[in-house]
Amino acid sequence: MSAQPPIAAKRSGAQRAMRFVLPIIVFAAGLLAWELMVRIKDIPPYVLPAPSVIVLTLIRDWAVLSQSLATTLLTTLEGFVAASIGGIALALLFNQSKWVEYSLFPYAIVLQVTPVIAIAPLLLIYLEQQTAVVVCAFIVAFFPVLSNTTLGLNSVDRNLAGLFQLYGASKPQTLRFLKLPAALPYILGGLRIAGGLSLIGAVVAEIAAGTAGAGSGLAYRIAESGYRLNIPRMFAALLLLSLAGIVIYGVLALVSHLILRRWHESALGKES
Amino acid sequence: MSAAQTSSTVEAGLTHLAVSLRGVTKAYDNGVMALGPLDLAVRKGEFISLLGPSGCGKSTALRLIAELTPPSSGIVRLARHEGPVQPGHGIGFVFQEPTLMPWTSVRENVRLPLKLGGVSKAEGRARADRALASVGLADFADAYPRELSGGMKMRVSLARALVTDPDILLMDEPFAALDEVTRFRLNNDLLALWRSLGKTVIFVTHSVFESVYLSQRVVVMTARPGRIQADIRIETVEPRGEEFRTSAAYSDYCRRVSAALAPSYSGQSTL
Repeated sequence: MSAQPPIAAKRSGAQRAMRFVLPIIVFAAGLLAWELMVRIKDIPPYVLPAPSVIVLTLIRDWAVLSQSLATTLLTTLEGFVAASIGGIALALLFNQSKWVEYSLFPYAIVLQVTPVIAIAPLLLIYLEQQTAVVVCAFIVAFFPVLSNTTLGLNSVDRNLAGLFQLYGASKPQTLRFLKLPAALPYILGGLRIAGGLSLIGAVVAEIAAGTAGAGSGLAYRIAESGYRLNIPRMFAALLLLSLAGIVIYGVLALVSHLILRRWHESALGKES
Repeated sequence: MSAAQTSSTVEAGLTHLAVSLRGVTKAYDNGVMALGPLDLAVRKGEFISLLGPSGCGKSTALRLIAELTPPSSGIVRLARHEGPVQPGHGIGFVFQEPTLMPWTSVRENVRLPLKLGGVSKAEGRARADRALASVGLADFADAYPRELSGGMKMRVSLARALVTDPDILLMDEPFAALDEVTRFRLNNDLLALWRSLGKTVIFVTHSVFESVYLSQRVVVMTARPGRIQADIRIETVEPRGEEFRTSAAYSDYCRRVSAALAPSYSGQSTL
């Protein structure tokens, strides 16, 4: 028994390391193959740029690209904040009154199932471009927050609810001390999805806006570079978008873990 | 149901009663009769057990006394403190599950009834710590529920029920999910608490042995709809201890209670 934990720990430690090392090896091998293929076959950069060229473009065009990145990230953030507040507020409203829920929930679903790429051009007609882009990000991202929060608010332990009733808790007290904490893991799960989706919403709206607007987000850069056959810059912008998505997800997952680590099953180690 | 039916006014001649049920029935929404009619009087400071098969409505009876559900007919009457009464103040409830909030510390869990009642944070914490000390968990105030064993969680639940200093303690099969050794220890601790605090305890269980060991009166209930089959007084040398558990009188009482309980099971094809 006494010798088992160190071995198990060593094994799980090695396993954890492999979970990071293996994808990196695959990534490096892929890049190497790509680079070699481009060089050996002498493929021109406007057909397929080598990874080294993409990195060079990223550095050379950093002034333009970083500004676009900031624009897209700001749009994403605004859409995310709007979706979080809107989704949670709407879920709380639904939870307080069944009539409001019955009246409005179908429209929330309609908004969710209508492809945003089809709504974006319409929004661009009626709204100012920057507003339209944020609204797109909001539309895509708010539904997971709404549905997860609703689920969470409805998953309160019955006995705990009975306990609050027994001690004469008021509605605001029950909401603050029972329903919201019980729903927190669900809300955080919804926010984690919403983070990635608001980036998608922002990108979709920028692409729909195309060159018509004065926008300068990363998606706009991709479209513009496409027209100019500046393929390395397209790849560089795509790389930045992808990294932004990973960082957004990572940050939200970390926040969720830090909030839940003391009590929720999802944030606890498998052994405890 | 009107508030007058469960009002805290105590009739003359009933002042020694903590709880009285008269002709109480409870029907489910689908019309199935779950309970009653039930007549039950519990004296102040008494420890009684409601014993019966699963589904006989003993938990429902407890919820009726706690005013968590209204009776379909009949009168539930509780003796309470005189003067202004805080809601729920007169009753402590221990559920079958520990029913703790996993997102906060043990101390905050115990403080909850006081927080909901508007007691200040400092006073609430002090009283929560005292309640935790009374169940032997003074050192675990800052722990989270998931870090405790099943028996310790039940103790926290008990401390939370005691923190408002209620007159009546309602317990709904609180130790059913625990192992035997832990259950025996909690039985002894509960008896010690009852002796020192002088609360009225209504204890729901399906264990003959537990009910005889703990209570002054065992009320045996029939299968659905739950009615009172027998009301058996357990008299022995107080304070009780482990020697009572092995005495001839104890096994005698267990036999009598089991005999009274047997008809409740006779109609059922499976046990």
